[in-house]
Amino acid sequence: MIRVIAAAVLVASPFVGALAGEGSYLPIPSGRFASALNYEDAPGKQPVAAYSMMRTPVTNAEYLAFVKANPKWQRGRAPTVMAEKRYLSHWVGPLELGDTAKPDQPVVQVSWFAADAYCAAQGARLPTWTEWEYAAAADETRRDARSDRIWRERILRWYSRPSNTALPRAGLQPANVYRVQDLHGLVWEWTEDFSSMLMDADNRNQGDADNARFCGAGALSMNDRDNYAVLMRVAMLSSLSAEATTANLGFRCVKDTP
Amino acid sequence: MKRKTIYVIPLLAALALALPGCDRSGPATDNASAGASQDRIVGSRKGDFGPPQGEPVNAILTSPPMVPPATGRTAPAKVIVELDVIEKVMPISEGVDYTFWTFGGTVPGSFIRVRQGDTVEFHLRNMPDSKMPHNIDLHGVTGPGGGAASSFTAPGHRTQFTFKALNAGLFVYHCATAPVGMHIANGMYGMILVEPPEGLPEVDREYYVMQGDFYTTGKYREKGLQPFDMEKAIDENPTYVLFNGSEGSTTGDNSLTAKVGETVRMYVGNGGPNLVSSFHVIGEIFDKVWYEGGTNYQENVQTTLIPAGGAAMMEFHLEVPGSYVLVDHSIFRAFNKGALAILKADGPENKAIYSGLEVDEMYIGDRAGDSLGAVAVAAKAEASGELTVEEQMAAGKELFMGTCSTCHQGNGEGMAGVFPPIAASDYIKADPKSLPRVILHGLQGKVTVNGEDYDSIMPPMNQLTDDEVANISTYVLNSWNNPGGKISKEEVAEIRKQKPANASAGH
Repeated sequence: MIRVIAAAVLVASPFVGALAGEGSYLPIPSGRFASALNYEDAPGKQPVAAYSMMRTPVTNAEYLAFVKANPKWQRGRAPTVMAEKRYLSHWVGPLELGDTAKPDQPVVQVSWFAADAYCAAQGARLPTWTEWEYAAAADETRRDARSDRIWRERILRWYSRPSNTALPRAGLQPANVYRVQDLHGLVWEWTEDFSSMLMDADNRNQGDADNARFCGAGALSMNDRDNYAVLMRVAMLSSLSAEATTANLGFRCVKDTP
Repeated sequence: MKRKTIYVIPLLAALALALPGCDRSGPATDNASAGASQDRIVGSRKGDFGPPQGEPVNAILTSPPMVPPATGRTAPAKVIVELDVIEKVMPISEGVDYTFWTFGGTVPGSFIRVRQGDTVEFHLRNMPDSKMPHNIDLHGVTGPGGGAASSFTAPGHRTQFTFKALNAGLFVYHCATAPVGMHIANGMYGMILVEPPEGLPEVDREYYVMQGDFYTTGKYREKGLQPFDMEKAIDENPTYVLFNGSEGSTTGDNSLTAKVGETVRMYVGNGGPNLVSSFHVIGEIFDKVWYEGGTNYQENVQTTLIPAGGAAMMEFHLEVPGSYVLVDHSIFRAFNKGALAILKADGPENKAIYSGLEVDEMYIGDRAGDSLGAVAVAAKAEASGELTVEEQMAAGKELFMGTCSTCHQGNGEGMAGVFPPIAASDYIKADPKSLPRVILHGLQGKVTVNGEDYDSIMPPMNQLTDDEVANISTYVLNSWNNPGGKISKEEVAEIRKQKPANASAGH
């Protein structure tokens, strides 16, 4: 009950934008992390340096403020090589959200270039895959809940639902142990290095991946085949090119810890 | 060079086989079948008939169980296929929903029909409200990944690639995006038929049926929306095995239909992901099976094996009306996991081929008693040396009801003038041992029982064990005002050795 009231107050408050947006980066402590992906050049646990991450994905309201301040990223102005035709197509106008894009819903139909520019404008950047995976491995009480079958099933349940209904607003789900919300169960999220996901377009080519796509990298495969939730995220990201947008792909930013 | 040599020799061998086949009147067997008199087209090296001719053709796609019409073309064409990937919730069983990922909105996906030598321009469109990226691997494509590498399509995107259909046959297609097994298990498969250049023989009806195995977290028929269960999938332990994607997809009002006198061809695929299918139609014999979806056919087949990711075509002529049940004859799947479909044939009966029910009457066999439990108890007690008269009677009664009551009646009264009474019988009273003796050796000739003469034949029941004879005898002795007493197994064994003069050889 308290949570509901708090949320209502947040929505009504004019300070929300600042609170939920650039102001609400939460510290993620450094650690060593066994990725579900197998990095041939760096086997075993990866060191992850401390960083801070946005509490929720970027919302329509936040993104609207960004395009107002940066007209070149408005719909119709952004170059199509950096944002395909459907960029922000669910907004009523270039500077108007409308019924299908509520202020507190996560922004979608944004390209990687646009997301990258947004984060840069905040003095931030997109998270690397590892940073995203590291934070997303946590549940409400554990830093690494990935071996918990029930937790995995909770995630997968979202994956198995088509996204043909309206998105919920950001910040509705319980926070994880870092107080970060919505890493699962709301939208897919861009990562800074999504294009180095070494998944062949044909997944069965493992070990014979198209190395030419990647700069200096070897092949990558799954370390943890049970954790197919991760595999699906990798598949999703590797199906995209940087100008692409989809109806269920958003992003959030991170900052290096000084 | 070496390759060429290898190629030529089998071709010559095939010709040698084919030649003697010319003068056969019936359909030639197996390998010679298609090759006798015509220039047989074999494999991809002969499947290229040059560039497409004429205007591009838009492929007609059909939802199961329907099949697109024959292409009817005699020259290679450019065929445009537009297939949509749609993720949607549909019933997998009554009251049970499942999130299917589909090619064309159905499971299995749309049926595609082209002709060998056609150039196929393939458009794959992934709906904007899809959650996942998808691609397509068509087993009818010559080229890496069967098209998968060229068709990886994000939600709201469209990809395009072109291939030449070099090999004739019935081919499975499926999604090959990670995790591949999950995409297949969610229903992402279908079939493409590449007709041989001369087309397929005309039939009256064609149907498209495809098996798949499904893995849900809930049990079989557990209600509600059931998520995919990866562990069950890895264990190859399906919750459902289905034809055309849902229980009842092809039964009841949705049954396939045909008429007596028609020839039906079925295009049957197996999408998997795990199980192979023992495909069978109950009450029909396949006149022809193009096994593995290939060029040759086998004749007179009861059940054909369809591997996961494989297919078969089959034809049968319908002689008599009725419901023919399509099953995976790995039979628990049919009756406990849903692998059932129905083909209803309407038309006149043909009693010369199948009579229908001719007789339904009571028959009490030697062991028709529905429970021989008491017999088992008696055998056990006998083994432990504790057999009582009551136990013998209980066991004997079961056997009597199964064996003797047919003639002597359940109450031992017999039938006047035909079967002597064994109730309150002076014959038995005078000689209790006559019971085991007559059971074992039968009785032929005149006997008088309770003042009435009988002259018939009691057949020997020497198939019964000593135990059983002892128990039946003891039961009769202690029933219906007979004098009582007990016949032991040992006594029976002794009597078995002595054959009396009036023994019967049987009826």
